[in-house]
Amino acid sequence: MAYEFDFGAIVPHWQLLLDGVVLTTELTVIGAVVGVSLGTLAAWARASRAPVISQIVGIYVELIRNTPFLVQLFFIFFGLPALGVKLSEFQAAVLAMIVNLGAYSTEIIRAGILAIPKGQIEAAQSLAMNRVQIFRYVIIRPALKKIWPALSSQIVIVMLGSSVCSQIAAEELTFAANYIQAVNFRAFEVYFVATALYLVMSVLLRWGLKIFGNFLFERRSHV
Amino acid sequence: MSEFSLWDIVYNLLLAARWTVLLSLTAFVLGGIVGLLLLMVRTAGNPWAMRLVRGYVELFQGTPLLMQLFIVFFGLPLIGIDVSPWIAAMLGLTLFTSAFLTEIWRGCVESIGLGQWEASASLGMNFRQQMRYIILPQALRIAVPPTVGFSVQVVKGTAVASIIGFVELTKAGTMITNATYAPFTVYGCVAVMYFLICFPLSLYARHLEGKLRHVAR
Repeated sequence: MAYEFDFGAIVPHWQLLLDGVVLTTELTVIGAVVGVSLGTLAAWARASRAPVISQIVGIYVELIRNTPFLVQLFFIFFGLPALGVKLSEFQAAVLAMIVNLGAYSTEIIRAGILAIPKGQIEAAQSLAMNRVQIFRYVIIRPALKKIWPALSSQIVIVMLGSSVCSQIAAEELTFAANYIQAVNFRAFEVYFVATALYLVMSVLLRWGLKIFGNFLFERRSHV
Repeated sequence: MSEFSLWDIVYNLLLAARWTVLLSLTAFVLGGIVGLLLLMVRTAGNPWAMRLVRGYVELFQGTPLLMQLFIVFFGLPLIGIDVSPWIAAMLGLTLFTSAFLTEIWRGCVESIGLGQWEASASLGMNFRQQMRYIILPQALRIAVPPTVGFSVQVVKGTAVASIIGFVELTKAGTMITNATYAPFTVYGCVAVMYFLICFPLSLYARHLEGKLRHVAR
């Protein structure tokens, strides 16, 4: 049995794939920005000495890190409406990504915060900086700089994980691929191309995050 | 529509959870074997083989697990091999696991000082002997905590196999939801079961890490 590969069969559907790439990018960007912000706040809460909040954050982090993203997504999309929270496919996908990345980035950023030498904070206190100032200038920037590579990897993992959002019919890249193969029956070719697109996106994202990191941390650290 | 009590839901999910555990174990063991072979190829020193393994790792770390499963599931039939969802899931997850484990273990092997290689070479050991008696026993000690930690990722990865139709915990959750119309309860139970599998592994990994740090000091 010889199979004739026909990648040409995908060409008429390129617009769908492109739309999918755009939506995957949107999901990733929103998920990354909000998720890392959430993670930063949660890490701060966890590192602070407020025991109740710290414990709540700890439970959140462990719950999310020890269950699959797909199940979190299903719980949000199918389960939450039972509580009266109805979300569109896109909203559910974004929320799941934020919650997921939030938990991972909490742990990553917390590790960075714990690595800040105590003397730095004491020095800032002796300069009469208040808590917010200390957090902003003395703690979070050096902490983020230290853990930026780990955080970047996690953002790439979340971007790749977004492919399962196709299962709730969020119209991202995998959804587009599923749709196209249902139309032209060229499953292998379509998934091959989609995989290649993901590979390109992850390389670009990694590269973009590296440049962004340099911009954030290297230049201003001289000021 | 038949009535499902909470116990019925939990019981059926538990039955399906056996497949999650079985798939995780299979993928982890087979992935470990393949990963070890790739590690040997990569550390043996042939530059082309090294590049090949690096490309392999990049490929699996740079694409979604779901796509990898799709390609195995839809690709193998094209070359005349008919695969069931079980075989496709096992194969896909094995490849995925091997790529990550080989990368984790490479870091451990590289953390062994160059002096160890040189000393063992000066004793006339060949590559196999160096690995077997000098490098791996030392690297193993460092490798255990991140390897246990990664096993959590494998267990969570098996959830994606539900999408190609393999009936494990997540798929069973979807099927039961379709019968009971109680997604909140069912997916809640599914999440709890994953947590009960994964959390002990996470704790154990953390415990091992702590122990290692203690020894290192």
